[in-house]
Amino acid sequence: MDLNQLTIIQAKEGLKRKKFSALELTKACLKRIKNIDPKINAFVTVIEDIALANAKEADGLPTNGQDLPLLGIPISIKDNFCTQGIRTTASSRVLGDFIPPYDATVVRKLKDAGMVLLGKTNMDAWAHGSSTETSDYGITKNPWNTDFLPGGSSGGAAASVAADETIAGIGSETAGSIRQPAAWCGVVGLKPTYGRVSRYGVVAMASSLDSPGPITKTVEDSALILQVLAGKDYFDATTSAKEAPNYLKNLNKPINGIKIGVSDDYFESVNIEVKEKVMDAIKMLEKLGAKIKNVKLFSPKYAIAVYTILQRSEVSSNLARYDGIRYGNDRSYFGDEAKRRIMLGTYALSAGYYDQYYNKAQKVRTLIVRDFEKAFKDVDVIVAPTSPSTALPVGSSKNNPMFGEITDVLVEPSSIAGLPGINIPCGFSKEGLPVGMQIISPQFREELMLNVAYKYEQRAEWYRIKPKL
Amino acid sequence: MFLMKINVSHIAKLANLPLSKKEKEKFEKQLEETLSYINQLSKIDTKDVEPTSQVTGLENITREDEIIPPLSQEDVLKNSKSVHDGFFKVRAILEA
Repeated sequence: MDLNQLTIIQAKEGLKRKKFSALELTKACLKRIKNIDPKINAFVTVIEDIALANAKEADGLPTNGQDLPLLGIPISIKDNFCTQGIRTTASSRVLGDFIPPYDATVVRKLKDAGMVLLGKTNMDAWAHGSSTETSDYGITKNPWNTDFLPGGSSGGAAASVAADETIAGIGSETAGSIRQPAAWCGVVGLKPTYGRVSRYGVVAMASSLDSPGPITKTVEDSALILQVLAGKDYFDATTSAKEAPNYLKNLNKPINGIKIGVSDDYFESVNIEVKEKVMDAIKMLEKLGAKIKNVKLFSPKYAIAVYTILQRSEVSSNLARYDGIRYGNDRSYFGDEAKRRIMLGTYALSAGYYDQYYNKAQKVRTLIVRDFEKAFKDVDVIVAPTSPSTALPVGSSKNNPMFGEITDVLVEPSSIAGLPGINIPCGFSKEGLPVGMQIISPQFREELMLNVAYKYEQRAEWYRIKPKL
Repeated sequence: MFLMKINVSHIAKLANLPLSKKEKEKFEKQLEETLSYINQLSKIDTKDVEPTSQVTGLENITREDEIIPPLSQEDVLKNSKSVHDGFFKVRAILEA
């Protein structure tokens, strides 16, 4: 096995036993990027020199007693996280030459934990989309088949992890942007509860929904990164003061008696192969001791309308700051998708329409929140397909102004309710494309979904299968 | 489903977006499509329902009234293409 294929847990073990150095690990990832990235275009920026210097530094640190959770571990970060001194574009030419003077809280925490930053990954421009096709820096391709899309908006992050260009990646999700690309690329993607992880220094999309989180090869790695990221942040008033539990401790706890909710509404208009694989996975969870219960949930199709209004409105407000005066280029540099979203949001918030759109959507949001609260009185977690299909062919999002909303229909309701969710691989289609299922927990109960995800992953072992590139 | 009409030029002006005539035509059609989709929300009864804006229920969050070191003026101005004497330089918005 090449070093770049390792998980965080495996890499930490190898570093500890001095089987290899952080420098060798980092070099293996950089070599893989050099060989493979021309094919998949997962990175917007690779910082080879800085990564090598940081790896050397990690190797030089005394390890006695001081156990930094990510010391010497190479990580890729989505290009909407501000990185001090390193260009941050959000994959838009508006920010084509923007070099942040500060680190996002997530970046600072990862640095404090000892990570080696490899570079910044590609995304839909401004995180607007579910394909990575709206990037101003080229389309990212799916590592399982380069004729297909990786999903998005964290498509570069998911592809970089699936292609073993990195040990782990960081993405961000508003509604689907971590889980959906993780599903299409066959990796683990965790969207935390809203406010569990700080948004400070992340290029804002829809501020009442944005949630940064890890994209990893395994559930255990995901738990480890969440542990590093979770917590109250002075710079983000929406972060919760609730103490984060130990996410790693109970991963392997038996799931006997855990009640898993399954809703028929989440299987409607889902591709037959996806449906089959997710049903197989649910059967396996039952064998592992879980109790499967049918739950009735609000039809996800209303969530599309709610999400579209909230997101477009908040986008139009957040993107008003890009005037090209203090940093970046002027507003003529926005691509079509950003322009469409700004326009719709401006319309929805303009005089006379606020009650009809934004306020109405926030009221339906209340109904969706209550609906999940009711469901969680009967069950511990909810399991569903992550995406209605496997990866779609390159070009699918063009000229479809609702592409993202439709592909993300199954993750939008939980995002609107601020709930955490995790995508884990649960098989492959006949074409050889990954299928993903999601597990959704009540707010601030990430440890529950991690436990269920871990037990399934350890039994099913899909992570053993790698794309041939 | 009723057809919505959007005054694209007016909205573009509010949003400070420079749009070509061709773009305006394209966006008009696409925005109206999206609007007729989201209008299905009007079917849902929300009488006596309070709107949710903060989904985890936080209210009145304050912080200690302490000064922490801010970014330096040099760092703040570093990315700007129009600076004058340590300030951002903007076009005049009021006529003399």
